Amino acid sequence: MIPGGESTTIGKLAAHYGIIEKLRERSAAGMPVWGTCGGAIFIARDVPLHPHPLAELMDLTVERNAFGRQVDSFEADLDVPALGARPFHAIFIRAPRIARVGPDVEVLATLDDGSIVAAKQGRLLATAFHPELTGDPRFHELFLGFGAG
Amino acid sequence: MALERVPSDIRKEGGVARMSDPGLIDEIMAAVTIPVMAKARIGHFVEAQVLQALGVDYIDESEVLTPADEAFHIDKKPFEVPFVCGARELGEALRRISEGAAMIRSKGEAGTGNIVEAVRHIRAITAGIRELATLDEGGLAAKAQEYRVDVALVKSVAKEQKLPVVLFCAGGIATPADAALMMQLGAEGNFVGSGIFKASEDPKDQLKRAKAIVEATTHYTDAKLIAEVSRGLGAAMRGLTLEAIPAGERLAVRGW
Repeated sequence: MIPGGESTTIGKLAAHYGIIEKLRERSAAGMPVWGTCGGAIFIARDVPLHPHPLAELMDLTVERNAFGRQVDSFEADLDVPALGARPFHAIFIRAPRIARVGPDVEVLATLDDGSIVAAKQGRLLATAFHPELTGDPRFHELFLGFGAG
Repeated sequence: MALERVPSDIRKEGGVARMSDPGLIDEIMAAVTIPVMAKARIGHFVEAQVLQALGVDYIDESEVLTPADEAFHIDKKPFEVPFVCGARELGEALRRISEGAAMIRSKGEAGTGNIVEAVRHIRAITAGIRELATLDEGGLAAKAQEYRVDVALVKSVAKEQKLPVVLFCAGGIATPADAALMMQLGAEGNFVGSGIFKASEDPKDQLKRAKAIVEATTHYTDAKLIAEVSRGLGAAMRGLTLEAIPAGERLAVRGW
């Protein structure tokens, strides 16, 4: 699981310590990977104008800080059919948005304006918000369902 | 951090230190994609309103600037933007949290390159937290009164054995080993300014030292790595002993 945080920092340090190469190998061998917020940026294949290296695992285009700065952070109830009928309460902090998904990617949730905020591709999961900040374990359960790599 | 002068220069030049020019803050926000923090004077809620209107990501209500109010810190609750505030001991930290601070940094003595005050303050905060675990109901109520905060906050810190917000360390960090020291003493991150910009005038040296301090903060228990990144950094900032600073020029005592 790649947690939220600042993707420039995550990318720089991961490249510096050789983690990116190892992560790519393990992911290719089947290890499930989940990126939330900054982590979703880190695992996306395409992030326009990102100045530093990223893991580029998942066939997504992700737009950083897509909803604005810190003060533009917000919460929203998401309709996530893959998790059942009950809405998922999501917290977005300086959040990214998924601007494009590849043909093998399944969209799991969108905002009312159509922005994609959760997606899955094989054993890869990306969420633009922070499921760890609410008590709802359903995204974690979905991820556990990917099985061991 | 958007700041016109690092604390070491503020200290040297004297005079009243205020919020930075909004034009400078705009330029910094335009130049980077990472979050930007800016400083407001203690108690100067209009500077904070202006910083929030500019769109900064965090505000540091900082003793490095000249305080604007000798009785009240900013009431941070009505703001959307998160605040970080300085503290020398647990009571001060809890008062700031009660006012709405979302982050605490131990104060240290900014602009000195001398870690001794930072160590004193982080030790006071962590010792204060440990002490709470030894107190019964009555003792916790007495502490809440002494600290001038709600007893519920004191009880939650006693139980969790940590602050309810992230704890940074600042004020005097000049080397990778200083940064790792603060982490081993219980900080969850570090603020470094003068320590990087005053060691050398050469931006290449500054960059190297900044990177080394980031690495030492990340891997703060790995002494081999700290040795590796410290090699060849050159002299750290000359720094000041605390005895050399007249009582009236100490920054950490600002705030109440």
